Amino acid sequence: MTITWESIKEGDTLPELKKKPSVTQLVKYAAGSGDFNPLHHDYNFFQSQAIGSIIVHGKFKYASLGELVSNWLGHNGFIKNISCQYRGMDFPDKELTCRGSVDRKWEEGGEKLAELTVFAENEDGKQTTPGKVIVSFKE
Amino acid sequence: MAEQFELTQEMKDQIGWESQPWTWEVTTTSVRAFARGVGYTDPVYFDVDAAKKAGYRNLPAPPTYMGTTVFIPGQTDDTFSFPPGFSPNIDAGMTGLLDGGTETEYFDTVCAGDTLSSVNRLSDLSVKESKSLGKMLIISTETTFTNQDNKVVAVQRSQIIFY
Repeated sequence: MTITWESIKEGDTLPELKKKPSVTQLVKYAAGSGDFNPLHHDYNFFQSQAIGSIIVHGKFKYASLGELVSNWLGHNGFIKNISCQYRGMDFPDKELTCRGSVDRKWEEGGEKLAELTVFAENEDGKQTTPGKVIVSFKE
Repeated sequence: MAEQFELTQEMKDQIGWESQPWTWEVTTTSVRAFARGVGYTDPVYFDVDAAKKAGYRNLPAPPTYMGTTVFIPGQTDDTFSFPPGFSPNIDAGMTGLLDGGTETEYFDTVCAGDTLSSVNRLSDLSVKESKSLGKMLIISTETTFTNQDNKVVAVQRSQIIFY
């Protein structure tokens, strides 16, 4: 069933997206994104040694928030704006849960819009990657 | 950890600096590679027929993916794949690097087959202090992506942190 602007209401939550990125997954992301910063795959890199681990790409989490919204929207609309802040480091093989909710829906200039709060949360319940999204629905 | 760091006038004078344009390609293979890297299972990002059924002209670029820079050894950055001369030349003498935040504002759909041209602009410089990292330099940039039809399809605003 396709989600529509009519069917959503403020306060609705998006189906959560759970991830547990392995080192291999981060290597795939490095290849797909072109970001080969060794901090995301090389435990011997000076910054990894200083931190004590490699860390998940901030932009992997950003893209995962995009996946959360894309899965919910089911292509019945267009993401007009997606933003996030990288507030905490995340580590490989640790669960990351992406969640979101509808803050506001409104019509403007003939567009059916919704604003969402989204975030990725670590195993301790800390929101390491809070963000906002604006979606324009087709119907 | 940097104990002392202040913005110099020479640094501040660079606010407004713009890079030369560079090409980013969005192809069926690059869309699949990115979607696979994120962990998507939605066929719309992998199967052209599924993408067309969903109303796209080709595989759509997943949210936050602006294509892959044309890589030319010695020109494109070997670590981050940034275009040559993409980043403002601010030498703060700090080696720690973290992503602060990213915002992408879209004006049109990006699909496989599109060729985007990027121009990066230094929009702001600021200094903040963190308990764990000490003095931090925050570099704010704004990258404008224009497609093959000369239409601005997205503006990406980023903050990177040196410490």
